[in-house]
This record gives sequence, C-alpha cells and structure tokens, in this order.
Amino acid sequence: MQQLRNDLIRSEASELREEATGVILSEASERSEEAKSKDGRAIVITSGKGGVGKTTTTANLGTALAVRGARVVLVDADVGLRNLDILLGLESRVKHHLLDVLEERVQVEDALVPGKHTDGLFLLAAAQAREKDDVETLRMQALIASLRERFDYVLIDSPAGIELGFRNAVAGADEAVVVCTPEVAAVRDVDRVVGLLGNRFRPQLIINRLRPALVRKGKMLSVEDVNGILRLPLLGVIADEPEIIITTNRGEPLALRMQTPTGAAYHAIAARIAGDDVAAPMPAQAKASLFERLGAMLGGKRR
Amino acid sequence: MIEFLRRLFGQTGSSATAKERLRLVLMTDHLELAPEMIETMKRDLIEVISRHVEVDRERIDVTFERQDRTLAMLANVPILSVNRPNGNGARKQTRPPVRRRRRRKKAQLGGSVPARAGAT
Amino acid sequence: MSARKIVVTSGKGGVGKTTTTANLGATLARRGKRVILIDADIGLRNLDLVLGLEKRIVFDLVEVAEGRCQLRQALIKDKRFDSLSILPAAQTREKDAISQDQFAAIVECAADQADYVLIDSPAGIETGFRNAVAGANEAIVVTTPEVSAIRDADRVVGKIGDAGKPIRLIVNRLRPEMVRSGDMLSVDDVCEVLSIELLGIVPDDEEVIDTTNRGEPIVLNDGGRLRAIYEKIARRLEGELVPFTNFDSPTFFGRLIGALKAG
Repeated sequence: MQQLRNDLIRSEASELREEATGVILSEASERSEEAKSKDGRAIVITSGKGGVGKTTTTANLGTALAVRGARVVLVDADVGLRNLDILLGLESRVKHHLLDVLEERVQVEDALVPGKHTDGLFLLAAAQAREKDDVETLRMQALIASLRERFDYVLIDSPAGIELGFRNAVAGADEAVVVCTPEVAAVRDVDRVVGLLGNRFRPQLIINRLRPALVRKGKMLSVEDVNGILRLPLLGVIADEPEIIITTNRGEPLALRMQTPTGAAYHAIAARIAGDDVAAPMPAQAKASLFERLGAMLGGKRR
Repeated sequence: MIEFLRRLFGQTGSSATAKERLRLVLMTDHLELAPEMIETMKRDLIEVISRHVEVDRERIDVTFERQDRTLAMLANVPILSVNRPNGNGARKQTRPPVRRRRRRKKAQLGGSVPARAGAT
Repeated sequence: MSARKIVVTSGKGGVGKTTTTANLGATLARRGKRVILIDADIGLRNLDLVLGLEKRIVFDLVEVAEGRCQLRQALIKDKRFDSLSILPAAQTREKDAISQDQFAAIVECAADQADYVLIDSPAGIETGFRNAVAGANEAIVVTTPEVSAIRDADRVVGKIGDAGKPIRLIVNRLRPEMVRSGDMLSVDDVCEVLSIELLGIVPDDEEVIDTTNRGEPIVLNDGGRLRAIYEKIARRLEGELVPFTNFDSPTFFGRLIGALKAG
C-alpha cells in the first residue's frame, strides 16, 4: 500500500519534471565564472510546502556558518508574513526592511540588523505591511548580487508556494537547499519545486522533523522512502525535537548550542555546505534494524 | 519534578518569554499596518497639546521605539510659545502667524513687544 | 437553501489546514450533512492525498472554471461517507489561473447542492488566499501554539476582518505536557493574543502522520480521541454550546504546579 502511494507520487513527479522546463528562471542571467569565484554564495532555502522548517533552517544554518567565521547575511523573502526576525530574536531591532532597500529609501547597510548572539551574522527583514507582488524580480537579483560582494554567504528564506514570492526568492540565487519533512504531502510539494528549479541550482536536500520511533514502527516515511522519490544529494537529516519550539519561543537558534543533537546537525550541514568532508548528520536510530522492519511488516502495518 | 524545581528557583519557562515577545511584535506589526492610524494619532496629539502651548506643526515627529519590555511612542513636539502660568496675557493661539500678532499688539500697547520665548 | 461556505485558512503553512478541512468535513458528513470540500491550493494540491482520493481525480477546479466540465463531473464522492465530496485543485497550474469571481461562482454552485462547503485555503495572503476567502462567508483560522504561526494568524485575521466575515479559531497540535512545563503557549495565551472566538482545541497526535500516509482521515479511527474532538468542533459549528476539553493534568502535582504558576 505504501509502495503504491510512493509509486503514484513518483510517476506524477516525473511527469511534472518533464513538463517544467525551468521557464520561470529564464529571466535570471548567468554570471561569468570569474564573477562567481570572487563573490560569496547565494543559496535559496525553499520547499513549496509550508511549515517544514525553511525559516528555522535558514536561521540555524546562518548561525552555524557565522560561528565558523563566515560573514553571513540572511534575507527574509516572505513579504507580508515575516518570521526570520522573530526566530533570531531580532524582531524589536528591525528598523528598515527589504522593500525599503529595493525601493531605494535606504541603503542596504542601514537595513541590515546584526545578529544578537553571533558576530558576522546579519538579517535583512521582510516588509510586514506590503505584498509579495511589490517585489520586482530584477531589483531582487541586483540586491542579491550586491550582497554577494560583501558576504561569504547570502541565505534567502523563501516563502511557501511556487508563485511570485518563491520566484523572487530564487532570483539571484546560485544554489538551492530544499527542506522536506517525511510526509506524503511535503514530499509531493517538494518534488514539484525541484522540478521547477531544474538543474541550475544544484538543489541539495535536508530532511527535517524525522521521528525515528515512528519510522521504525512503519508509521512515517523513512529517509530512504523520501529520497527514493526526490533523488537529491542529501545534506543531512534532523530529528523532530521539542527543543526547537522552545528556542523559537526565546528567539535563540538551536545552532548556538553545538552540543545538542539538532545544533550539532546544523553545524555538520554547515560544514558540508562549506565543502568540508563531513558525514551527513543522521538522528540516532534512524535506520531500523532488519528485525524491527520484519516486525513492522508482520505486525505493525495495518494493510 | 525538574520543572517543579526550576519554577522553585525562579526560572521561567520559555512560553512566558514567547508570549511577551509575541505581544510586542504584534503591536509593532499592527502599527506598521496602519499608517493612517498613526497620522490620526499625530493629528489628535497636536490638537490636544495645542490647547495648552503653541507648537510647530510642521516639525512634529512621532516614532515608536521598543524599550525594555514595552513599546513606547516618542513624540518630538517643538514648542513655539508657552502662555504665562497665571493666565494673564493673550489666550493660547493655535494658528496666526507671529508677525501679524505683534503688529496688532503694537497697535494696542503703543510700544514694542518683548521677544517671544522660543521664537525662531 | 444555500450551504454555509467556510474557508479554512492560517497564513502560516503546515499548521493543519488541510487535515482540519478533511477531518471536519468527514465528521460533518458522518452527522448526516451534505459536505463539499474544495481544494483552493492550485499548484500544490493535497486535499486529495490526505483523503486518499488522488487516484480518482478526473477533472479539477480550474477545468470547472474554464467551463471544460461541469462541477458534478469534477466532484469525487468519498465512498466511506454517504455525503462527502471533494473538488480537487489543479496541479500543473498557478493560483492566478482562476479569478475571484470564477472561484466564488463555483463555490455558489457547490453551495446549492450541499449543507456545508469547506474551502481549503493555501498558505500565505496572496491570490490563492484571497480567492479562497472571496468564496466564503465565514472563516476558520487554524494556528499552532507557536510564535510564528500565531503572528501569521494575526495577519490573516486582520485581512479577513477587513472583509467583515465572522472568524473562529482552532488551536491545533497542542502539546499539553509542554504547556504544563511552561515550554509552550497555552490556549488561553493564544486566544488572548488573537482575540477571536475559539472553535476548537486539537492536541498533537502522531497518528495523524500515519493516517495521512494511508489517505485515511483520522476520524475514521473509532476509538481515537481526535474523533471525539472533531465531533465537538462540528457540534459547536452547528451552534451547540459544547465545553472545551480540559487538557490540564488532574494530578496533585499538576495542581501544585498550576498553583505556583498562578501565584
């Protein structure tokens, strides 16, 4: 039964990938190899599905990269529904936002908010009282290009969906990190987005909110199930932890605490992004033993 | 048990922090979403203060600032004149240009008028 | 008599709009109501998947709007319930493939054949959301007790409020043990901040993931506690005064903690 549903999602997915010819990205121009080597990297964090952890990932990955000594700017592209500020504990310090910069009311330097807990980390917040339609794609591209000249990493937090907000978040980025949870709806949406991104962005995958116990009981898709459909290079897998809610409550990203499993996972992912030869983080006991899988097949699944 | 001890030793759970931050961020969001409301507040403010002192309406500045655990409205209101405390002299004006008033007064008193405090 | 047209929305993605729409719809159908669910998330449809009806899609919302088929041809009857049908969204189109007027007209057409039309809104506050709201005359806002979700819900409440439609709140994925330990906002906290009428409280339940995997709304699970919860929500929707489930611990320890917190 699970196999049948996987097959359905897979077949629908490949249909959509064939259909999507990267039409949305034709406006973005290719940069010269020389330009690419001097500038920092612009990475969009996206998913299609809402609520899988894009913003949490942006905040934590940015923090981890900055802790490693990189200069990082985080750009919240979710105009109208900003949340990157509150995840970083910076909500009271935002004076100017993305549209103030794009519409040239302020210089980008004046709009950047330094991180509360980490040197080298800066936030460019979204506008709250505006709409995604107000962002002009070409201006966004120009902004990201200019940020890339001053920072080692520009991480762009994409909104949910595949409309203009997503397209603007992608504009100007060179690479993509795709976040997915092990749930059928998320996998389906992420696959759609991967199809739209095409090969140009070399998307890599983070699987978020895995619950190893549920996977073992056959009640949640496993890492193999998810990436069997998505077929992307895996950056890492992060387990679902109540700690995430607590850190959001406080506005202190978990990556500040490297000794926690989630903090450590984000640091490992940051290292892999930076090109270090580090294994993809995997929650403990994510892989079921043969015995457990046998048990699940015989007794756990209802069909 | 651990939660009990935490609370005993005064450590608040993160939900209290979250509620506080949420309250303040929503206030800021609502203000950002209602520039007309801020304009109305400014106008009302000017009107009320002008009943007591004369203000420079063109240079009034209203901002909102996060202060510790509250959101504060800061109004910078340049004052052009303050009536004498005992109520003697001219009643507070709200609008007429300075020059015209002086000429009228000169005519009344038959002499020169002392410079107004804060006059530009 | 025309149906009640209710949009289920949130602002924030992933808080449970689709799960709520599916389970509330199923519960109302089980109570004998004629229910039509409409997936307004064009491009990222999921209502069909959550109900396990994805293989039976023939026509979709956009095709109805473009006049390429009748509404009744596109509606998929859910065989597990006597009176539940869904209108799936299109998958390979975008949210601007349909105008507000077109969407509202389809909702009207559905409303002629049902007692309840529940509209599953996409995330965000853009075109898809606006279309979904335009078709409805009431709203249910779903949030989790987390800061970003509540902030987004507030934005959405503001937007719908501007349109003058009644709004009620469902707090989803509550974890009572985290509320007790002071690590999660309580329902009271959420209601205080959002100031809208509470319709329901749904605790976090890991079975939801499994049932979604299998395409079976959790309310099919006879002994499950979520079934009773959605029953209560349905009854409140019908106008009954149903007390809210108390998720606080009744143990002595729990009461002691409660007393310390209050004092």
